[in-house]
Amino acid sequence: MRVVALWSEMAKDGAAKLSKNILRMKFMQRGLDAELKQQLEEEEKRIVSDEHWSLDLPELTAKENHIIEERSCVPCEDLVYGRMSFSSFNPEVEKLMLLMNTHKEEEDDSVSRMETDITDEEMARRYESLVESMRKKFAKKRNRSTITKSGEDVNCNVDDNQHKNVFLKPQD
Amino acid sequence: MDTIHACFKDKIGEVLLPGDVFSFRLPESGDGSIKTDKIICGPGLRRNGEEVQVCKSGILRHKQPNMYWIDSQQRRYVPAKGESVIGIVTAKSGDIFKVDVGGSEQASLSYLAFEGATKRNRPNVQVGDLVYGQFTIANKDMEPELVCIDSCGRANGMGVFGADGLLFKLSLGLVRRLLAPQSEIVKDLEKIFPFELVVGMNGRVWVKAKTVQQTLIVTNLLESCENMTSQQRQTLFKRVAEGSL
Repeated sequence: MRVVALWSEMAKDGAAKLSKNILRMKFMQRGLDAELKQQLEEEEKRIVSDEHWSLDLPELTAKENHIIEERSCVPCEDLVYGRMSFSSFNPEVEKLMLLMNTHKEEEDDSVSRMETDITDEEMARRYESLVESMRKKFAKKRNRSTITKSGEDVNCNVDDNQHKNVFLKPQD
Repeated sequence: MDTIHACFKDKIGEVLLPGDVFSFRLPESGDGSIKTDKIICGPGLRRNGEEVQVCKSGILRHKQPNMYWIDSQQRRYVPAKGESVIGIVTAKSGDIFKVDVGGSEQASLSYLAFEGATKRNRPNVQVGDLVYGQFTIANKDMEPELVCIDSCGRANGMGVFGADGLLFKLSLGLVRRLLAPQSEIVKDLEKIFPFELVVGMNGRVWVKAKTVQQTLIVTNLLESCENMTSQQRQTLFKRVAEGSL
């Protein structure tokens, strides 16, 4: 507080003035009163808002647009894919035709099922055996016997009959 | 919105001229809770504030649920975003190709816009090649830009094509009729002989058949389809099919 008072007196005499930035530093603020602080803040805000450019326009609200403009006629008339081939002149293009045109149709239909080579049941069975064989492949030697034994159980309840081979301390 | 669709309804199928206006006042409710449907104005219709103005002469068409457009004839193509066109490469400058699509400006095609193209692995495109691509940018303020891949990075048949075959120009209305979902012209044509066809929305069509003569026959048939009724067209095609066999 004393430091500030001394410095401000010196400023009045015409000697070296303290710059604004120094006065804004924290150690110089400690001595200030609450009122002085508020005044300084207001002055700063005023300077800042004067420097910022702003337009004197009334508030514009964005209107909701009910009308959408569409430049292209492709969605209007549902035009098909441009490359075409007939009577298997170019088989790649015929494949492309099927792909692109059904791609468009799928967007209209809700769900389209693909043709499957094998039925769902067969797929489930194959997957089951696949999981089994993978598990066996990566199981450690000790666990391999447990896998084959527990396969008979329908519910696949893991039985805790198999004891782990733990070191048995000899009894005296 | 009933009021909006009612304005259009009596005019569907009628010939409209540029300057016709559809205006409707949306009823203001106290709550402001009415959810208004959106209307989609296709080509030939333009939004002007709360009104819809016609800017091309033609017949008003409608598609469910809320799409309206003007069906008109023209030969000059105006690039529009999302359309697939056939372009001719005219120049190679730096990293882009300049492609002539028949519009007011040449479109630019970046060399990275091909499937599997990297900075080291440049696509094999020469001046004079035919390219089938889509517009990503196409408005009246900027130069149009083409790409030959879709958003996933796959080519889907786009890119350089056409080692042989013939490129010719048709009117835009006929091109749209060819690309319509169940096009009769295409169905009649495919009965004659096997051939391959690439149709660009800019009026350019490329045809390739087994022999040069067959290619020329298909070209002439397509050019003559413009002003024929379906009956005349079918008799003509039948005559050609018998003649060629």
